[in-house]
Amino acid sequence: MSENSSAAGQTCTISLELNGERRELQVQPWTTLLDLLRDQLGLIGTKKGCDHGQCGACTVLIDGKRINSCLTLAVVRDGAEITTIEGLGSEAAPHPLQQAFMDHDAFQCGYCTPGQICSAQGLINEGHARSRDEVRELMSGNLCRCGAYPNITDAVIDVLAKETGK
Amino acid sequence: MNIRVETVGIGSAINRVDGLAKVTGRARYAAEYATPGMLYGWIVSSAIAKGRIVAIDETAARAVPGVVEIVTHSNRPHVAWLDRSYPEEAGPPGEPFRALYDDRILFSAQPVALVLAEMLESARDAAALVEVAYDVEPHNTDFDKALAEKFLPKKKRGTFHPPKNRGDAEGAFKDAALKVSADYRLATEHHNPMEMHATTVVWEGDGRITVHDKTQGPQNVQGYLASVFGFAKNNVRVMNPYVGGGFGSGLRPQYAVYLAVMAAKLMERSVRVVMTRQQMFSHVHRPEAVQSVQLGAAADGKLSSIINKATTSTSRFENNMEDVVIWGMMNYACANASGEYTVAPVDTYTSGDMRAPGAATGMTIFEMAIDEMAHAAKIDPLQFRLLNYSDIDQMNETPFTSKALKEAFAEGAAKFGWSKRSAEPRSMTDGKELVGWGVATGMWDAMFSKTSCSAKLSANGHLEVASASSDIGTGTYTVMTQVAADTLGLPVDQITARLGDSSLPASPLQGGSWVAASLGAAVQLACKAVAAKVLKAAAKVEGNPLGDASMDDVDIRQGRLVLKSDQSVSVSFADAMRAAGLDTIEVEETASGGISGMISQMQKSRNTHSAIFAEVKVDEELGVVRVTRIVNAVAAGRIINPKTARSQILGGVVMGIGMALHEETMMDHTLGRFMNHSFAEYHIPVNADVDDIEVIFVDEPDPEVTPLGVKGLGEIGIVGTAAAVANAIFHATGKRIRSLPITIDKLLD
Repeated sequence: MSENSSAAGQTCTISLELNGERRELQVQPWTTLLDLLRDQLGLIGTKKGCDHGQCGACTVLIDGKRINSCLTLAVVRDGAEITTIEGLGSEAAPHPLQQAFMDHDAFQCGYCTPGQICSAQGLINEGHARSRDEVRELMSGNLCRCGAYPNITDAVIDVLAKETGK
Repeated sequence: MNIRVETVGIGSAINRVDGLAKVTGRARYAAEYATPGMLYGWIVSSAIAKGRIVAIDETAARAVPGVVEIVTHSNRPHVAWLDRSYPEEAGPPGEPFRALYDDRILFSAQPVALVLAEMLESARDAAALVEVAYDVEPHNTDFDKALAEKFLPKKKRGTFHPPKNRGDAEGAFKDAALKVSADYRLATEHHNPMEMHATTVVWEGDGRITVHDKTQGPQNVQGYLASVFGFAKNNVRVMNPYVGGGFGSGLRPQYAVYLAVMAAKLMERSVRVVMTRQQMFSHVHRPEAVQSVQLGAAADGKLSSIINKATTSTSRFENNMEDVVIWGMMNYACANASGEYTVAPVDTYTSGDMRAPGAATGMTIFEMAIDEMAHAAKIDPLQFRLLNYSDIDQMNETPFTSKALKEAFAEGAAKFGWSKRSAEPRSMTDGKELVGWGVATGMWDAMFSKTSCSAKLSANGHLEVASASSDIGTGTYTVMTQVAADTLGLPVDQITARLGDSSLPASPLQGGSWVAASLGAAVQLACKAVAAKVLKAAAKVEGNPLGDASMDDVDIRQGRLVLKSDQSVSVSFADAMRAAGLDTIEVEETASGGISGMISQMQKSRNTHSAIFAEVKVDEELGVVRVTRIVNAVAAGRIINPKTARSQILGGVVMGIGMALHEETMMDHTLGRFMNHSFAEYHIPVNADVDDIEVIFVDEPDPEVTPLGVKGLGEIGIVGTAAAVANAIFHATGKRIRSLPITIDKLLD
């Protein structure tokens, strides 16, 4: 990371592996990872629901771990590997979780959905959850006001079962 | 091919057609439209609840690099003067709030300035540096104190139905063998859709603006903005193709859209304004409520008297009114019933519609009282409801177009295993936990609202149906697609549904559970009109195989017109259009109840019903309640898509669990401010709070209620759910908690 001065004030150069692509970025030290993604990089799939780490809508994967990108300053993630919903799957080839969310109708308005899916991938990576109750507990950092929880749990269990059945 | 067509029409459980856009993050919401030269607006909220702004010191804020302007009541552009120039489809009577209009403060966290900056962070930083000096006036935010001023507004809200009294309720109550009488409370609740209210205004530079707004009615916002800010209506285009939840919070134009357009007009630039989660607690909310229910019954449990009185909170500047007291009066067979409804003003923003407004409060509380009477009569609470069942609307003395509530009770009870319930409170346990089973009834209106839809069929077989409706997660895109597929026998992937754009054919707000029935009917009409034009074109096909057949003489199947009298004779849409030299066929149709519909509405009641069964487990030492099972059996006419329909009910039930156990916006009366204005402190149910929910749709054919026989599902899932949970808590613990939400402190008290 290096520091620069510009019209926009002090900026820092950071390097991110973003959805499989190496990116050199100029960011201000106070810019959150969430605002960097949404505002500067146009990756609007990552959502802002509270900006306080209370709702989980901004969940992304950093080095495979799920984190609230609204509570993370972009500059402190220099060198990190970041996966957002856009990097998880595509319309042509949806990720198994994306397909499971569609098949189980695990959303209504869709606003919490990218965060739920990234969180579910993080949950699978952690390898702790096996039972339905464990999934419910460990997915409780992602709020859904439409109340799609039973379907979210079904979708996650569905993919978990396939992964662990391997 | 046959199978495929049959599985995509009305009644099939296809995946949501907008699903792929949502799971891949491609769906774009109001704050997600980037436009060159756009300014970021950050709202500064009032620190006081009532008074006047004396001075605003902008020095420090303006010194922040990137800050371009600070809009306040002192430098705002002109807005309309008269209240009637603030038109909206669902506003209550009164003086609509105008942000930055003058120096008056009407409620805490009212917007007092809008900071505009080149960067988001600059706007946020500068907003914190705006110093506002106030002349503070005394406020009252205490609903209990406001009750002394309760009144029935002279000018009623258009949606309000006054209770109609019957018999002599007071006399019958006096004489009743069994009596229950109690006051019940419901806390203030906030909608809190996951997407915060946000607006991106694109300044097109030629007098036009494109407004990406989080709303439940693009044409409602279009008309409002044009009138308030002096635009020609055609120069304002409001878009909301994706809406991150609403539940009523987007029925009225919110102050975010007002401020964003005001700033865009002042600066002649594009502007984006996004509320913070904290600011989401500074506008519409479900009113705080107190309801007193007195029930009288004969010794055999037959109801003889209903006295139902309720007061809900409103603001000082508008009178929000809800149908709170009528539900029990309509639902139960009882010769004597009276209702009284009033509002009490507090110094907050005006309360407003939140999922099943009125019924979620009044029917839920009434069903808690019914449980008390059943217990007093020593009758199983389900049996008690059947004993006092009515096939007609008792308050209006009209039959229902359909009412399959008995079937809902039967199917719900069977699925839940209700017959195994032991009657005595505290008699069921699971390890250390007390187990309780409760039941309640839900009721909502089956409404129909005039709606238009266009349909455009292309010669390549692609169909587009379009209406200025919204899909706030309700499945409207999918409903439109399925009705069109059903009507014209086309596969789903040949159909595009468009909505969320004020330039499309006229559609009302998305609310009241009327969209599926109303827009569904409009889609069907439009598609039938397309078919009629195809039939006309088919006459040009060589040999005119369909002859002089009328629409009554043909079936529409798989994109073909098929002669009913000889199924081997048919013409494809494509062949007919080619023969007539048509590239496209375009129509627009309007579904409207008309005068006959209005007369029919007076002759018959139109309602959805539900039977909710809940199981709770209570750790009495800790006061912790878990809702382990809910069965909600719903009678709502025809179901267009069982998968998305089930999700609607799940969502209502989950919000009902929130109403029962979690949701409560708490006011600090000294500051006059809602204090738990965050998801950390305003608790909505999380995944771990929601266990097993079973949804049943009982068979309820009803060709009379709406053209498609559809009744709507957006609200019914929440109505009564909290009562089933509260009644289950009584059954588990023997404690009657009459104030929702039933939090740990109340159970341990």
